[in-house]
This record gives sequence, C-alpha cells and structure tokens, in this order.
Amino acid sequence: MVWEGGKALFAIPGYKLPHLHEILGDFLREGAGGERWFSIMAQNAGYTALESLIGFTLGGLTGLVLAIGFTHSRLLERGLLPYVVASQTVPVLAIAPMVVVWLGTSWFSKAVIAAYLTFFPVTINMARGLRAIDPDALALMRALAATSRQVFVKLRFPASLPYLFTALRISATASVIGAIVGELPVGSRFGMGVVIINAAQYYNWRPANLWAAILVSALIGIAFYHAVVLLERRVTGWRPSAPAI
Amino acid sequence: MGAPIIEIVDVGKSFGGRTGPTEALRAVSLSVDAGEFISIIGPSGCGKSTLLRIVGDLVEPTSGVARVNGKSARQARLDRDYGIVFQTPVLYDWRTVLENVQLPLELAGRPRQERDARPLALLRLVGLEAFRGHFPWQLSGGMQQRVSIARALALNPSILLMDEPFGALDEMTRERLNLELLQVWSASAATALFVTHSIAEAVFLSSRVVVMSPRPGTIDRIVDIDLPRPRLDKIRAQPRFFELVTTVRESLREDPALAAGDDAGRAI
Repeated sequence: MVWEGGKALFAIPGYKLPHLHEILGDFLREGAGGERWFSIMAQNAGYTALESLIGFTLGGLTGLVLAIGFTHSRLLERGLLPYVVASQTVPVLAIAPMVVVWLGTSWFSKAVIAAYLTFFPVTINMARGLRAIDPDALALMRALAATSRQVFVKLRFPASLPYLFTALRISATASVIGAIVGELPVGSRFGMGVVIINAAQYYNWRPANLWAAILVSALIGIAFYHAVVLLERRVTGWRPSAPAI
Repeated sequence: MGAPIIEIVDVGKSFGGRTGPTEALRAVSLSVDAGEFISIIGPSGCGKSTLLRIVGDLVEPTSGVARVNGKSARQARLDRDYGIVFQTPVLYDWRTVLENVQLPLELAGRPRQERDARPLALLRLVGLEAFRGHFPWQLSGGMQQRVSIARALALNPSILLMDEPFGALDEMTRERLNLELLQVWSASAATALFVTHSIAEAVFLSSRVVVMSPRPGTIDRIVDIDLPRPRLDKIRAQPRFFELVTTVRESLREDPALAAGDDAGRAI
C-alpha cells in the first residue's frame, strides 16, 4: 500500500520503482535456460545462504576464540585488538576481490568474506561478556575451590551467552551481506551477488528483476536473523523475558 | 576445650590506592571454637567484610595470619571447608533452584547420587522443595537468599561464612530468616561467622558478638550472648535480650567516630 501509494502519489516511473505485481511477476518469468525465475532465485539464494552459514559459523568461532584469548591474556588483547579493529575499517568491498584472488572463486572465499564481517561483533561483545561477571559470583567459585576450567564452563561462558547472542544477531545479517559482496567480483558463477550484478546490468531493460533479487537477498538476511533469535530463545530460555525481536 | 577452629592472629590489611594505602584492618585477633555462632558488627568501613574474606581466603592479609581447622586459610579453602553466603544471593540465573544448590557438589566432583539427594534434603530444610525447578528470577529476595544458604551447606562445610546475608531484606523477612537460619545452622555442624549491620540480628543469632570500629578496623569489644538455645521469636521480648542489645549498642557508641551515631543508631 505504501509502495503503490507512494508510486502513484509521486508519479514515480516504472524504471525507478516497478509495480509490486511486476516484481512478483518476475519470479514466474522464464529465464534464458527455460527455467522459471523463482527456481533460479531459489538455487542462487540457497547457494548464498550456505556460504553465509559457513562464514557465520567460521566467524563466530573465530570471534569466540579471540574473545576467550583476550580475557585470558591482556598482552594478547593489547597486541591483537588494534589489528582486529583496523580490519573493520577497511571496506569489505576492497577486501572481497583480494580474498577471491587469493582463495579462488569457490564457495570458500565467499564464506571467508562472510566470516570477516561476522567475527568482529562476536569478539568485542563476547570479550565484554566474559569480563562482566559479578565479583561475588567469582568469589563464590573461589570459595568452592573451583578450577579455572570450571569457572569458565560453569560461570563465565553461560553468564556471557546473552552478550554472545546480541553479537550473533548483528552478525547474522552481516554474514549474508559478506557472502553477497564476495560473489560480486568477476569469475563467480552462483549466488545472489551474481544475480544482482546481472540484474543491474539489464536494469533498463527489466528493472523488476533487480528488485526481485533484492527482495530475495533481504529474505535470506531476515531468515538468518530469526534463526538466531530462535536459537537464543532455546539456549537462554531461563531468562525472565524472552528477548524481543 | 579443644583447639579453636578459627584462629585470627594479629591480622592487618591495607588496600593500595591513588591517594596512598588505606588501612582497613589493624592488629585483629580472634579465636572461635567449633560450633560457635559469631557475629561481627560495626559501621560501614570497619573492615568486617574484609575480615570475613580473609578467613575465607578470598582476600590476603597484609600482615598476620588466619588459621582454620589447624590449617592455613588457603588450605582450608582448597579442602572445601567453607560455605559462603553473600549480601546478594549470587544465584546463577541460568540454573534452576535445584541446580544452584547442586553447584558445590558438581565442583567437588561428588557422585551423582549425592548430587541429587543432598540438595533436595537442603531445599526441604529451607522450605523450598516445591520450587526446585524454578529459576532464580521467579523467587522473592528472601527465597533466593534461602536457596543461597542451602547452597552454602551443600558440602557440609565446617565453617559457614555469611556477609550481611539479610542486609537487603525487609525487617519482617529478615526476622523470619533469622529464625530459619538458626534451625538450619543447628542441624548442621558448622561454625558460623556472620557479618551484619543489625544489632538485634547479631544478638538474636550469636553466641558472641564482635564489635568493631573503623579507620582502621579494630575489635572494640566482644559481647558474650548468654541467651538460651534454641532461640525462638519470643526471646526478642525478654528483658535480657534488650540488655544485651543495649550493651552492644553502647559498645558501638563508645567509638568517638560514631558519636554522631550514623549507622549504629539506626541499625536496630
């Protein structure tokens, strides 16, 4: 309604903002190979989702390891944190082609780029969560002669789970962006990034195609986000109020 | 009389700070016999919590020594001789009530059977068996603190350290929990060291009340509480109870730093 209303109200031409039915209709159009577009989109979306998922997992684990390292060693933190921060100041658009050159155009390079966007929020948030422990909760562990391993497994880690999930929510959408950006450089053959590049080239001819690709890409990100929220509810179900969407 | 279970000898503690070290405790000595219930009372900043934490090897003394069960405090801690209760319940949010009480047994690697049976018996003792599956946030502050006491007793410790456990509770809950604590404590074999702000609470619970004064923290006086046990609520109405409360209050007042009567006057 807002879409079509805005379009009518401001007399936005079709090439700037196609009708919704045109965008949805694009999914039914036959592609060059005779396949319908919804099937083409689904295949590419699946490809991108898989890359994102692998990158998300890879980045999440990297972030976790870094955060645990940082909380165990101030020296490690002082040595590495500047580079971790610096890594995020370089635009992913600049990094992506290099990673593709280094690692090839397979799914792996895309997953690495997705991981690149994922690990940072996890590192920062988890490092904070692991440190934000009630001093008396630690004193209790000490009074009970807990080993440092027990302190980690039974106190630090579970206590910092809410921090971890906050980071994972941010990372969930970022990892999809990373995978798509990773698919943009020349040489990639599958994924939403490829679909978007192609659609952009033919935009004047059939604008609805790009809009459909954007829609699908957004849906992947939204699905990822909700998967994390679902997991969060399941893992931290002990919390008084389920975290809001 | 046997050897004291807790022996604090000439303990001093200074904390470093930007404006130079602050002396929290000076030359504190105290002997506690097995089965005693000792309260430490004094205004804020008198080092009573620090003293408790030195006994529990949570804080290192700058000078002097604390010995427990004939061992160093450190060895006693490693042998899991302590149960501890803090001002806040310090329950782990992600564990149920039962799982919180199981924690000490888990850490000590006790067998499964004991890990199941002992916490349930303790929860029954503090009247919370029905809440074993609840999470801490679902319980009132008083109930949470009862869980915390059950947890402290999980390993049958010989020393029960309590750092203002009822300080955050309302007066009615506090009095009820005082009574419950005495029941639970007398059912255990633990010697209790109890830090408090409340004169009435100290007199009601203790066999001796240690009165401290601040800057630096020293022991002013030790008041023997000769009220009979078991102590029931009606003891609070007896003349001897009032006499002892008055004695403790006057010991606190004698301190010139407190003449203005900041905490001490209000504590009851």
